[in-house]
Amino acid sequence: MRLRGLLLTCVAATAMTHPVLSQSTSMSMPTAVEAGKAFSISITGSGKATLYIIGLGQVLKRDVTLGQAAFFPAGSLYNAGHYLAVLAADSSAQSGEFDIIPLNKPAELSFLARPSRLPVGLHNGITGAVYVFDAYQNLITTPTAISFELTGPAGTAQKRAMETQDGSAWTSMDSTGQQGVDRFVARSGEVSSNRVVSQVPGDPCGLKMTARLSGQKLVLATDPVRDCNGNAVSDGTIVTFTESFNGGQSTVDVPLKHGVAEVQMDDHSGATISVASGIVLGNQIHWKD
Amino acid sequence: MLRSWLFLSTVLVGALSVGSAQATVRIERFNLQGPRALPEQTRAAVIRDYLQSWQSLRIALEQNRSELLGPSFIGEARDKLTETIGQQAVLGIRTKYQDRAHDIQIVFYSPDGLSIELKDKVEYDVEVLDHGKVKTTQHVIARYFIVLTPAEVQWRVRVLQAVAE
Repeated sequence: MRLRGLLLTCVAATAMTHPVLSQSTSMSMPTAVEAGKAFSISITGSGKATLYIIGLGQVLKRDVTLGQAAFFPAGSLYNAGHYLAVLAADSSAQSGEFDIIPLNKPAELSFLARPSRLPVGLHNGITGAVYVFDAYQNLITTPTAISFELTGPAGTAQKRAMETQDGSAWTSMDSTGQQGVDRFVARSGEVSSNRVVSQVPGDPCGLKMTARLSGQKLVLATDPVRDCNGNAVSDGTIVTFTESFNGGQSTVDVPLKHGVAEVQMDDHSGATISVASGIVLGNQIHWKD
Repeated sequence: MLRSWLFLSTVLVGALSVGSAQATVRIERFNLQGPRALPEQTRAAVIRDYLQSWQSLRIALEQNRSELLGPSFIGEARDKLTETIGQQAVLGIRTKYQDRAHDIQIVFYSPDGLSIELKDKVEYDVEVLDHGKVKTTQHVIARYFIVLTPAEVQWRVRVLQAVAE
């Protein structure tokens, strides 16, 4: 806490017309007070006046006796900001300025992690941004140590340590190769904030189908569909089978069930059959009875 | 990403200062934190909505009507200004804030695009009235930190906090 006495001697207010405060009246106050801490404003002179504390964060008003200090107990001013102290008597006023500064102890982190769900194996795919606040919800704008830790489904952790700049900090992390739930933690001092990020399998990799006859129908089935990291692609993912024959074409969309897609299509000897999922193409089969 | 460039402009925001004097606005942008590029359209919208918030707080504090803070303010900024207005009303005080000049820096654009932080060296006049009687008018220069977040159709001020020089 910086407490520097500042003697303000008769700072003229623009609205003064008939000064009542005497020339010997002056205010002395700290230039900066930590949020919620007690402080006092010394006032010289004699007589009565009203002391106003004016800011965007709080407003106070006190009847004061000149020649005595105006004491503000702990908890009087807690919203950080720039404040005017105005000493007024009738139509005259004197004023000074001071700041309420945030506590240097983090009490709350505003932590946003994005996205909440993403494919495995994305470089810098997960980002986190944090703002650091004190116990009075004041943004701590002085550099403050902050750490980020992303723990993947396999228990491996990525860590970053830095200082906030202007009250904020950010980082980016890689999604790992294993599907599951990541735990993303921002920590400053004794305060931490947790977020959960779901890693889902990526696009199918090495999509492959086989064909066989079943009565008059052609049964097409994929092998278990996995991404390039070996994770089973989620059930419900659409697999598209296309059969081209004699200038005609038949297409069927099938959701994965228990990791595979299976469909029956008409048997057309000489047909070309392809399989795809999204932008991923699988193998082709040239079917002959 | 660090981009060291300086953009200076002086704009008279007459359209935002209906019924009051115009504020001079100077915008600097350099050393923008974060990996996300800030589109010009977003930059302009953020500045516009932030300057509008000063009009909102001016009217709200002058009339002691916290409902006039919306839609410019949200979260802590709104709560704290509402608290101030409540204190003013109880004490019979009204304050008239008139911004005269803004010197704005955009310092952080979060990777997700969901928050943007400004610093603003603001010059403003504050007139203090107690039960309708003017007690003083002061010219103030203060440096503010501002965090804005996007709402449905505009950016809203979530943090508005002056800091010591």
